[in-house]
Amino acid sequence: EDFKPPIQDYPGKVAEVQLGKGSRKPVYLGGQQALYRFEEAQPNAPVVTFDVFDIPMPGLPRPIREHFADVMDHPGEWAKKAVNEFGANMVTIHLIGTGPKVMDKSPREAANDIEEVLQAVDVPLVIGASGDPVKDPLVLEKAAEAAQGERCLLASANLDLDYQKVAQAAVNNDHAVLSWSITDVNMQKTLNRYLLKEGLTQNDIVMDPTTCALGYGIEFSIDIMTRTRLAALKGDKDLQMPMSSGTTNAWGSREAWMKKDEWGPTDYRGPIWEIFTGLTMMLNGVDIFMMLHPTSVKLLREIGETFVK
Amino acid sequence: MKVTAMDIYKLLPKTNCGDCGEASCMAFATKLSEKETDLKLCTPLDPEGMEKLEKILAPAVREVKIGKGDKQVIIGGDEVLYRYELTYYNPTALVIDVHDELEESELEERIKIIENTEFERTGELLTLDAIAVRNKSGDKNKFIKTVSRLKNSIYPLILCTLDSDNMKAALEVVGDEKPLIYAATEKNLEEMGQLALDYQCPVALFVPGDLEKMKQLSHSLRSRGIKDIVLDPGTFVGEGMGDTLDNFVMIRRLAVEEKDEDFRFPIMGIPALMRLDNTDDPVTKGIKEATVAATMLNKYADILIFNGTDIWELIPVLTLRQGLFTDPRKPQTVDAGLYEFGDVNEDSPVLLTTNFALTYYTVEGDLKSGKANTYLLVLDTEGRAVDVSLAGGQLNGKSVADLIKETDIENKVNHKKMVIPGLAAPVSGEIEDDSGWEVAVGPRDSSAVPDYLLEKL
Ligand code: B12
Ligand code: SF4
Repeated sequence: EDFKPPIQDYPGKVAEVQLGKGSRKPVYLGGQQALYRFEEAQPNAPVVTFDVFDIPMPGLPRPIREHFADVMDHPGEWAKKAVNEFGANMVTIHLIGTGPKVMDKSPREAANDIEEVLQAVDVPLVIGASGDPVKDPLVLEKAAEAAQGERCLLASANLDLDYQKVAQAAVNNDHAVLSWSITDVNMQKTLNRYLLKEGLTQNDIVMDPTTCALGYGIEFSIDIMTRTRLAALKGDKDLQMPMSSGTTNAWGSREAWMKKDEWGPTDYRGPIWEIFTGLTMMLNGVDIFMMLHPTSVKLLREIGETFVK
Repeated sequence: MKVTAMDIYKLLPKTNCGDCGEASCMAFATKLSEKETDLKLCTPLDPEGMEKLEKILAPAVREVKIGKGDKQVIIGGDEVLYRYELTYYNPTALVIDVHDELEESELEERIKIIENTEFERTGELLTLDAIAVRNKSGDKNKFIKTVSRLKNSIYPLILCTLDSDNMKAALEVVGDEKPLIYAATEKNLEEMGQLALDYQCPVALFVPGDLEKMKQLSHSLRSRGIKDIVLDPGTFVGEGMGDTLDNFVMIRRLAVEEKDEDFRFPIMGIPALMRLDNTDDPVTKGIKEATVAATMLNKYADILIFNGTDIWELIPVLTLRQGLFTDPRKPQTVDAGLYEFGDVNEDSPVLLTTNFALTYYTVEGDLKSGKANTYLLVLDTEGRAVDVSLAGGQLNGKSVADLIKETDIENKVNHKKMVIPGLAAPVSGEIEDDSGWEVAVGPRDSSAVPDYLLEKL
């Protein structure tokens, strides 16, 4: 018998989501009709978005802090450095300072921070709140208004908070929504369905099925991402959205940050831990990566491009 | 595709005699389909039936053994493309290369590093699996000399030379130990194939970037009666990574989905190439080599050859391999109950944690390295971490109160004070109410526990 490349037929397609509009250079996520480029040209390269915070984040690991120490008081400057010096495709501005137990900044102040970052860079933004289920929707609502027409990704809608408010903020101001579930395909489906009912379309949703870091349950994420992407290509309309990875979770593993001579310098372990976590998610279908370390961002982008070209 | 219990059942004697230790042939068939028992246990089965069953039970990817006796590593054996469908079998073998132009002292140093590389994670000691000896000089005597030295190593070998004379000379020295012959190519197929037969050794087939040719050559090796083959479709790095990935995926799909006999073999990748011809600084090389390895580990490599030996580079590789090859069907747990560390007496502190393997072993490691003297209560959370079992409800006041009773800890210590993980703070009140114990909320990370015990108690 002759050699024939094993190309499969997929009835479904991943929706394409545009981020960035108005004064932003757009970035596109998803759009795949197959798992691999040898089956079908892959429309969009993976995208990396650099984490930036609205406060000088005390808990950041030293290997990251040393790159940004000079700009951490100004989210705009921080964002600029991420884009100009470290080649970020996008910037995620985490409004951590709005946390009631952090600085309890008002939604209005949060909106000011968003304006500052929008002025500073022309890449699309992910807007993240503090993780407080009561306040997050209010913060995201004001932030969404401040960025009207710029098509940002609002992070996030989940089942523990008023996701309807987040969805409405996106619909009213032309943004997309990050739909976050915790390592559970059915939970993801349910949440997506709820969001679709709120008036969002497949092209307005990005999924975050949760990234468990290398060594901290990465195999759970591998299985969930694989099943989600296969379901999309098989035609499950509730799961046909691009996927996002909170790759920075990698820094939570102690092998990434803990000083221990037998393990070698954390300067190298940390970035590798982030690359491995992101790369593994990429190979299982993830489209956009939220990351922290310049070396990791550079290498992940480089390798990601070879998988689509 | 995986064979079903029904397919297997049809070929069994169907007498339900019970010799295999199962209640019925159907039960045995189910276990066989899950690879949980051995076909040979069905003693009434006739040779013809045995042969048929062996054939349908053969894994989609052939298992290939490198080395022999206690110096052996088994690769291949996979049945599925995605681990959630079943599990992956036989962890990817991790190999380090040495070559025959190293000074004697350099060689000794390198062997020592390779043999001593180990990293403990969740109670498992993770190590490397084999050594590749490269005939870099092209010189036969140098090659033999290095190979002879490695005969005493604790690991099985891969002999790397495309020169069949030099290969034969090396096989004369270590052939009885069943090293992997690397490699047969289009040019030396005849000779290398013959050596594989003569010495009964597995052989790698190296055909860079051309699966059509690889299929032909694999076919030709097979038709000469060679069964143990490893496929190396080339490791292209840098811009070529996409091609490498495509080739690996295509080979594995052809094996698993199309049952294409020419591709039903383990796959080899060589991240070492990232270090060998490359002008980056050593650290960047190491990070890139590991990155290439991570790609291949995720997508079907069964054996990988590295050049770097830095522990910071190998720890992530070992960790990723461990994660990929854990069995998704089994929770990763330790036994619940009461554990003792150091010297304990009735005044010793009592700590609480969960029976998730990662959690338990992390805490255990911290208590041991901090030389703590303490009791540790391990709660059955069905193998869930502290915050996971908190979110899922397995860690609660009642379950902890029950654990206190079951372990009889109240008769071992003369106090009723317990330290719980920082992350478990939300249930501290509940535990106090249900157990009548006093609860102190400890640090978030268990690495701080030994110091905490010294300070607070
Ligand atoms: C992997 C993972 C899973 C895996 C399970 C893995 C497992 N076997 O436990 C899966 C996918 C199954 C899962 C499921 C869920 N998860 Co989950 N999961 C995680 C994840 C990513 C890592 C957990 C982990 O492995 N930690 C590593 C271990 C070693 O940590 P640990 O047990 O806490 O131990 C440390 C400390 O507690 C301390 N320590 C331990 N013992 C002791 C003892 C003493 C005395 C002291 C002082 C300290 C101490 O030191 C240890 C080392 O640092 C976390 C997020 C994270 N933390 O990164 C989310 C996370 C824990 N999950 C979460 C949730 C919500 C869930 C679900 C409820 C979601 C759902 N789908 O329904 C389910 C619950 C399942 C259930 N219980 O029934 C949330 C919890 C939020 C909250 N606090 O309420 C988290 C935090 C994610 C998030 N950001 O939202 N999860
Ligand atoms: S030994 Fe064979 S024949 Fe007897 S019960 Fe088991 S499978 Fe059936």
